[in-house]
Amino acid sequence: MKVNGVMHQAPADPRRLLSDHLRHDLGLTGTHVGCEHGVCGCCTVLLDGAPIRSCLMLAVQAEGHEVTTIEGLAAPDAPLHPVQQAFHECHGLQCGFCTPGFVLSVVGLLNQHPNPTPEQVDEGISGNLCRCTGYASIRRAVTRAAELTPSPRRGEGRGAERPKK
Amino acid sequence: MTTRWFGARVQRVEDDRLLRGKGHFTDDIHEGALESYLVRSPFAHARIKSIDVSAARALTGVVAVYVASDLPFGETDLPILIPHPNLTHGRTQRCLASHVVRYVGEAVAFVVAENRYIAEDAADLVEVDYEPLPVVITPEVSAKAQHLVHDGVPGNVAAEMLQEVGDVKAALAKAPHRKQLRLRFERGAASPMEGRAVWARWSESEHRLTVYDSTQSPTSIRGGLAVLFGLPESDVDVIAPDVGGGFGPKIMLFYPDELLVPFAAMRLGRPVKWTEDRQEHFTAVNQERGQVHEVEVGFDKDGHVLALSDDFIHDAGAYTPYGIILPIITAAQVPGPYRVPNYRVRFRDVYTNATPTSPYRGAGRPHACFVMERTLDAIAAELGLDRVEVRRRNLIQPSEFPYDLGVAWQDGNRVVYDSGNYPALVERALEMLGPRPAGDHVGMGLSPYVEGTGVGPYEGAHVQVLVSGKVVAATGIPSQGQAHATVWAQIVADELGVDVADVEVTSGDTRKFQWGVGTFASRGAVTAGNAMAVAAGMVAEKAKHIAADQLEANPADLELVDGRVRVKGSPERGIPLAAVAVLANPMRYAFGGGTEAATQFTPRPRPGPPLADGEQPGLEATGYFSPTGSTWAAGCHAAYVRIDPKTFRLEILKYVVVHDCGRLINPMVVEGQIEGGVAQGIGGAFYERLAYDSDGQLRNASFMEFLMPYATEIPPIEIDHIETPSPLNPLGIKGAGEAGVIPVGAVLAAAVEEALGVPITEMPLSPLRLFELTR
Repeated sequence: MKVNGVMHQAPADPRRLLSDHLRHDLGLTGTHVGCEHGVCGCCTVLLDGAPIRSCLMLAVQAEGHEVTTIEGLAAPDAPLHPVQQAFHECHGLQCGFCTPGFVLSVVGLLNQHPNPTPEQVDEGISGNLCRCTGYASIRRAVTRAAELTPSPRRGEGRGAERPKK
Repeated sequence: MTTRWFGARVQRVEDDRLLRGKGHFTDDIHEGALESYLVRSPFAHARIKSIDVSAARALTGVVAVYVASDLPFGETDLPILIPHPNLTHGRTQRCLASHVVRYVGEAVAFVVAENRYIAEDAADLVEVDYEPLPVVITPEVSAKAQHLVHDGVPGNVAAEMLQEVGDVKAALAKAPHRKQLRLRFERGAASPMEGRAVWARWSESEHRLTVYDSTQSPTSIRGGLAVLFGLPESDVDVIAPDVGGGFGPKIMLFYPDELLVPFAAMRLGRPVKWTEDRQEHFTAVNQERGQVHEVEVGFDKDGHVLALSDDFIHDAGAYTPYGIILPIITAAQVPGPYRVPNYRVRFRDVYTNATPTSPYRGAGRPHACFVMERTLDAIAAELGLDRVEVRRRNLIQPSEFPYDLGVAWQDGNRVVYDSGNYPALVERALEMLGPRPAGDHVGMGLSPYVEGTGVGPYEGAHVQVLVSGKVVAATGIPSQGQAHATVWAQIVADELGVDVADVEVTSGDTRKFQWGVGTFASRGAVTAGNAMAVAAGMVAEKAKHIAADQLEANPADLELVDGRVRVKGSPERGIPLAAVAVLANPMRYAFGGGTEAATQFTPRPRPGPPLADGEQPGLEATGYFSPTGSTWAAGCHAAYVRIDPKTFRLEILKYVVVHDCGRLINPMVVEGQIEGGVAQGIGGAFYERLAYDSDGQLRNASFMEFLMPYATEIPPIEIDHIETPSPLNPLGIKGAGEAGVIPVGAVLAAAVEEALGVPITEMPLSPLRLFELTR
């Protein structure tokens, strides 16, 4: 499987969860485990560009696929990815434990809806639990991320109505 | 001190690494550690007849399996953290149960293996023969004492406490109106997104124990480990790295794993780690909030409260490791922002066969607020008066501070409100709430509240200017997301006249700062924040004295601005703070970075020894702040809700908060605390119910069935601040961590009551419960 652009061997142990494999075999500890039963969304990663729960998937199932974890969004010395930047600007994180999962869910959301309506924002983040923020700042961060994200579709539809910053 | 940073919406310095996935949580640490798993009781109350670990020990990959008899401290009761004279029958569990288990989830055996998968396989092979005993599960059942949770605790009563201000009996007898209410609040669970975790390493060559723990109090863990393992404190380091939310339960210590993991690491000579899974978190981590109140209130025709009697039972759970702090706080906080001239409160802290209780964000206060606000709504209903008007007539006025309530507070002192403006909070909340939305089944709720914050005994801080001019600061108490690294940098930056980006804060690492108490009770900003100001102020004074020699000026004429110490009025006459840091350390050997300026052949401005009597090298200082009493924050929440009359779905149409935590260090951070607290309050009031059955089984121990709100359940929250500085600390600040959660139950109960026209006397609510209540 390819993880953040680098080819890796899948683990020999067939029952190894993808979340454990990423964290403990590959050292990508930015993927967090909050419930291990697929509800909290902390372990969200992108599989071929779409958000999935890495705690509900065996690592061997990811063979032949491309996984993006939070570490793969922006190179260590590069500026933050627009979604990360938006979470920073809008105080969209406190303890930071749920944050990688939220950020990747929002990346997935904005891929689908570059200019989401408030309902699409709520829907897009409604698979992730946060116990610190009360979500208000995360909603603001999603809207801000849409502004910061260069979109090929900008100039069409709702995006064209946005005032220039 | 200039105030460039204090009060500003400074963006957080901790965000970058957390956003890049470079946070450092306890389970992120491995370093060749063995992994472990706890065998826990599936019974709420049972005698252990035998434990057989032979099959588990024989499994390939298992390194050790421990039961109580394997532990040198196996027969030691864990400490009662906060002893109290009224806690006459305090009981704590042992690290591993060997005779009786008293709640589902109580630890029985500890398995250490090459990896977690094997440890869990081995745990399945541990054979425990239990003889079930009668189960006591609600506080009401416990108070009847048909069965006992502990032999030797008559009536299941751990503690009883009675306090009276004035003469309640006489005042009730004379009151023109009287009303009785029975109010019930169920348990809740804090549920931080990161469960608990511990990692430990013993170095034989250095004789050093290093423990990473997702705790709210590393200094206390360190002290306890040293005592229990017979080590000098100076040989034990405890670090709370990034902690994924705390909300109270991580202030509890010792959970069994906090002893077992270091013990196994010492015994086995290899690092050992343990990470809780979500299912065990539901039963093994402390909960809170279960109380039943019997209230009698006497009042006059205008709605003035003349006397209040509250007799309540508090659900301790199976043990009382945290003492009776929770019911003490409830007893102290029932009157809230109101005058209660005659107040009598009695509580009994009763054992049940459920997970022990200790503070969860709000800690005794949401239930206290619920009791008083439900009582005032009942008075208004009885007299046909406006609910807000009844509150106005009973509020303590700004002229009445300091206001002595006459009852005991959690720090051993009496409750004395230091400052506040409660009427202004209520009026501003009403203004923000605006006109009532149109439509049927709409209700309004409003609740002011107070919160005792910033309890002692003390916190400390160390601040040092490095020769690079950068500043490092450290305090003992850890962060669980409250932006300590940012807000303390703001305080230090102002004192030293540097950029906030040049201050690096470490918190919760005993290697950097070994003294302190912990992060709880909305106390961090008050205690550690003021300690930071004290320490940084000492550094600034020292810098002025050293620079004064160089600049041939009086220290009193100097100021610290933009990273320099300079003469007031002559800003060109100055010296960089980095150079002052060099000069603060007279040296023989230069090591680059401009340090040659402090060597012995460089002319010195004054005669005598390089370090004068009483001077210490380094541009650094350690300072402490120990408050005389708690600071009392306050606020007012108000909301409009609509209840769907067919589905009983809750819709929060508007929710407003006016908050007063004294001077705000960083409004962005405070608003984040409030928004998160309100969300937790909404969850606790309407979605999250711990469904224990009569056998003591928690039937919904998963996020599938314990319904923590998602974004779809939480409305936008409008926030405003007023600032009445606390007179009790130099920075004038009060705590803010728990405020958001306190009045939410009271507000929603009042609003739902009005929307549906049925009395609400319990928490939590749910669509099903509202359906039942309206039948």
